[in-house]
Amino acid sequence: MAYPTDLQYTKDHEWIRVTGDTADIGITDFAQRQLGDVVYLDLPDVGRTITAGETFGSIESVKAVSDLFAPVSGEVIEVNESLKAHPEWVNTSPHDSWMIRIRVSGATTTDALLDATQYEGLIG
Amino acid sequence: MVPFAGWDMPVEYSGITAEHLAVRTRGGLFDVSHMGEIEIAGKDALRAVQRISSNDASRLAIGQAHYAGLLTPEGTFIDDMLVYRIATSHFMLVVNASNAARDFVWVSEQLKEVGDVACVDSSSRYALIALQGPVAREVLQPLTGVDLGGIRYYWFAHGEVAGARVIISRTGYTGENGYEIFVPPAMAERVWHGILEAGAAAGVIPCGLGARDTLRLEAAMRLYGNDIDETTSPLEADLGWVIGWDKPDFIGREHLLAQREAGVTRKLVGFEMRDRAIARHGYPVLVDGAVAGVVTSGTQTPFLKKAIGMAYVPVTHSAPGSVLTIDVRGRQAGAVVVPLPFYSRSKR
Repeated sequence: MAYPTDLQYTKDHEWIRVTGDTADIGITDFAQRQLGDVVYLDLPDVGRTITAGETFGSIESVKAVSDLFAPVSGEVIEVNESLKAHPEWVNTSPHDSWMIRIRVSGATTTDALLDATQYEGLIG
Repeated sequence: MVPFAGWDMPVEYSGITAEHLAVRTRGGLFDVSHMGEIEIAGKDALRAVQRISSNDASRLAIGQAHYAGLLTPEGTFIDDMLVYRIATSHFMLVVNASNAARDFVWVSEQLKEVGDVACVDSSSRYALIALQGPVAREVLQPLTGVDLGGIRYYWFAHGEVAGARVIISRTGYTGENGYEIFVPPAMAERVWHGILEAGAAAGVIPCGLGARDTLRLEAAMRLYGNDIDETTSPLEADLGWVIGWDKPDFIGREHLLAQREAGVTRKLVGFEMRDRAIARHGYPVLVDGAVAGVVTSGTQTPFLKKAIGMAYVPVTHSAPGSVLTIDVRGRQAGAVVVPLPFYSRSKR
């Protein structure tokens, strides 16, 4: 799969799509392949503040549970409730399956964020 | 592929959910060659098996198998196993890969005191291929001269499959009808591909360790190292039926008798989550806010589409309907005790 160039990526395999001062966050195709069939999402409530590099929730597949790490800091303004009801969408369309929408409070161009080419290099 | 007890094992081929559903609705093929085999033969073979196995092997006819515990003198599990009676004085134990080496050492030690009997680790002589699912019989039958309809549940037969000399055993670890086929390793690929080709039209697909685990959990089959180990007894694991109480002696009997007399304090139960959460191996079970038990297995099951699991809980909380609290990584989630198994094909 070619990784979309309008997204930025983390070494922990989250992606972020920045639009003005808001951003959507999900996990990459590479991450969903590693996890296998996703069955459960534990996401923060609207209003919670998340901090770059820290855990904001967890994702579970049949075989394992993994933490979700915030690519940037901000306040959760929306949670994708339909994705929580259909976690398998993370497998079928990972880069369209946003989990949370945040109002960004920190920088969205940091050394920790990779572009598509850099991310493809990371996962080989 | 993942390393597993010295073997490279596939966790999944096409996905755990797809493989799990294939076995419940059609058929799946598993390479379980990692399982260990220990053969025991000689004039006193029955006496030897009676000593080391928790179950009563005198009740096995030639061609029949049963589930049993290989127990410590304290009555806890060194391993769980299937005991096959191949001839009057020839048995085969099928044991877990992770325990096979130490099982063999243990069995060899115990046999020294028995008499005219020898045991051999024949794990390298057998590959093991399991065909499981509703279509298993119709897919396998054209590949063998053995009348599969004549093999009852937990019986086995010698014969050929795809031209290889094999043992066909009507057993499995999925809760579905099916066969486990003991094959000479040199013929394993041929049998594997032969079954996959014969089963392709019926929807048989290769399945990995991941689906094997979710299938066995729905069927409430215990997994050594998760649900049972050297700290747990058959009575605690709710496997009292593997204990041959009527036979005069076996390793662990004294402790089990005492435990039966006194009553166990904890018991392995099945549970379903009430809150949206998945409880996994090692998560604490809380009663009145204090840790009172532990989850031994748990997942979101693909067929029943529920978060289920097994846990050791105080007997006071072991009856179906009992409410449990499970510490899911710092969050308290409710669960309720349900009867086992979660899935049985007779209940469909």
